[in-house]
Amino acid sequence: MIDLGIDLCGVKLKNPVMVCSGTFGSGAEYSEFVDLNRLGAVVTKGVAVTPWTGNPAPRIAETPSGMLNAIGLQNPGIDVFEERDLPYLAQFDTRVIVNVCGHSEEEYIACVKRLSENDTVDMLEINISCPNVREGGIAFGTDPKAVFAITNAIKKVSAKPVIMKLSPNVTDIAEIARAAEAGGADAISLINTITGMKIDVERQCFALANRTGGLSGPAIRPVAVRMVYQAAHAVSVPVIGMGGITCASDALEFILAGASAVSIGTANFHNPCTAAEVVDGIADYMERHHTDHVQSLVGAVK
Amino acid sequence: MKRYVNAGVISQEEIAQNIFSMWLDAGQIAAGAVPGQFISLYSADASRLLPRPISLCEIDREGGRLRIVYRIAGAGTREFSQLRAGDAVRILGPLGNGYPLEEKDSRHALLIAGGIGVPPMLALAKTLQCRKTIILGYRSERFLLQDFQGLGEIVTATEDGSAGVKGNVMDAIAAAHITGDVIYSCGPKPMLRAVKDLAMEQHITAWVSLEERMACGIGACLGCVCESTDVDAHSHVHNKRVCKDGPVFDAREVVL
Repeated sequence: MIDLGIDLCGVKLKNPVMVCSGTFGSGAEYSEFVDLNRLGAVVTKGVAVTPWTGNPAPRIAETPSGMLNAIGLQNPGIDVFEERDLPYLAQFDTRVIVNVCGHSEEEYIACVKRLSENDTVDMLEINISCPNVREGGIAFGTDPKAVFAITNAIKKVSAKPVIMKLSPNVTDIAEIARAAEAGGADAISLINTITGMKIDVERQCFALANRTGGLSGPAIRPVAVRMVYQAAHAVSVPVIGMGGITCASDALEFILAGASAVSIGTANFHNPCTAAEVVDGIADYMERHHTDHVQSLVGAVK
Repeated sequence: MKRYVNAGVISQEEIAQNIFSMWLDAGQIAAGAVPGQFISLYSADASRLLPRPISLCEIDREGGRLRIVYRIAGAGTREFSQLRAGDAVRILGPLGNGYPLEEKDSRHALLIAGGIGVPPMLALAKTLQCRKTIILGYRSERFLLQDFQGLGEIVTATEDGSAGVKGNVMDAIAAAHITGDVIYSCGPKPMLRAVKDLAMEQHITAWVSLEERMACGIGACLGCVCESTDVDAHSHVHNKRVCKDGPVFDAREVVL
C-alpha cells in the first residue's frame, strides 16, 4: 500500500505535491483542468493588506526552457481575498497555504494577524523573496539579519505554521535558511525566481517593462535542486522544494535532495494538468521502487 | 468550457509571405467557440514552454473545426507553420470573451482590422447579421480578401499603396467618408488608439481586441494585464486581464 501522505510541521497533507504561489491564482481558473482535491495543498497568489497594482506590461517574456515574469505582486488585498478566494478554496479537500507579501514589517504583521483568525487557512508562506518589487519582498530576504527579524516578528503573531519562502539571489543559501530557522520558521520553501533580464534586439529595448524579472522554469532546476540540498542540510525544519519541476521525475530529484514536499509552478503554464500528473507519477515511481512511504525518500541521496 | 486537447491538423497553407492558414480538428473547443476568442497553441519542444495565443479566424461549430491564420513571429509559430495534415498540436480553448454579437439588423457596423488583426474579423463578419463595412489594412500583400467577399462592403488600404487606398485603415476611412453605428476592431495598438479616438469623436461604441504577452492564458497568472479606466473585478485595481476579461474590450474601458 503506497502512502503519499506527509506531515508538514503538524499539518497532514494527502501527498507532497502543491502548486507555487503566483502560478495558480487561488485555484479557480485551474480547477477546470486539475481536481484540486487531488493536490496536497494549494499555495495562493501572494496577498497583501491592501490591493497592489503590480508592474506595467509587458510582464512576461519567454526564455530558453524558462520564462521571466515581473508581475509585481498584483493582488486584491486581504479583504477581497478573505471574502472571495478563501471560501472558494474551503470547498475542496486540500490544504490551503496562503502566501503573504508586504512592503514593511507592519504590513506583513497586519496580514498575518488577519489570516491567523481564518479557519480555512492551514499554513502561511511568507514571501521575502520577490525580485520584482522594490520595497518589501526580496529586501527582507537577502540579508540573514533581516530574515531572522521578519521571521521572528511574524512568528510572534501567527497562529498558523509559518513557511518562509527564500530567494536564490543570495551568496549563501544555507546561511539564509539557518536565519529563518533561528527566527522560528516552521518550514522553508525555495527557490523563488532568479533575477534575470531579456533584451529585444530588434527593437533595442527591454523585453519587460520592469527591465528585470524573475526567471523560472526548467532552466533553473539544477540551481534549485542544489539550493534545496544545501538548505536541507543546514536546517532541521522541513524544506519545500520548487524550481522548474515539470514531471514526477523532476519532483523526485527535489525529494531525494531533501525536500519534504514539492511545488509545481511554471509548468502549469505549459500543461495545466501538470500538478495532478506529478501526483500520479510519484505513486508510479514508488511502486516501481517498492517504496511504501514517500517520507522515506526525503533526503535519501546524501 | 475550456479544454486542453491534442488537435489534429486538417490542412495548412501559406496564404501570404509568412502568413499561414491552418484548419484544426478541435471537437468540443470549436463547438463552444465564438468570434473574438482565441486558442493557446503549445510547442512540441518543451524548451518553448509558454503557449502562443492565436485568434480564431473561422469557427465551424457543427464540424468541430477551427481555422487560425497567423504570422510567423518567432520559433514557436515557425514550428506550427511546419505542421502538415495528419499532424497534431496541443491546444487549449476556447479562451477569452469574444465580440458582442447582438447588433440589430438596422445598424451599420464598421469592422476595422490591420495586419494580423484581419483574421478574427472573418469569423466576426460571418456571424454578425447587420450591415457591415469591412476596412482592412495591410503593409503590402493583402490576404484573406477573397474570404470576405459577400460579407459586406470591403475597403482596403496598403501602406505601400500597392492596392487599395495608400496608407492605413484610418486613411481609408477618411478618404471614403465612412461612418457607422458601431466599430469592431483588431490590430496594432496605434491603430486601436486611432479607432478609439474616432469612436469618441462620433459618440459610438468601439470594441477593440487587445494583444499582450501571456503565460497561463486563463486568468490565473496576471501576466497579460492592460490598464483599465474602471476598477477590475479580479484585483480591484485598474488592471484587466487580456486573456480572461478580454481580449475584446469596450474602448472606453481601457487605456490604449
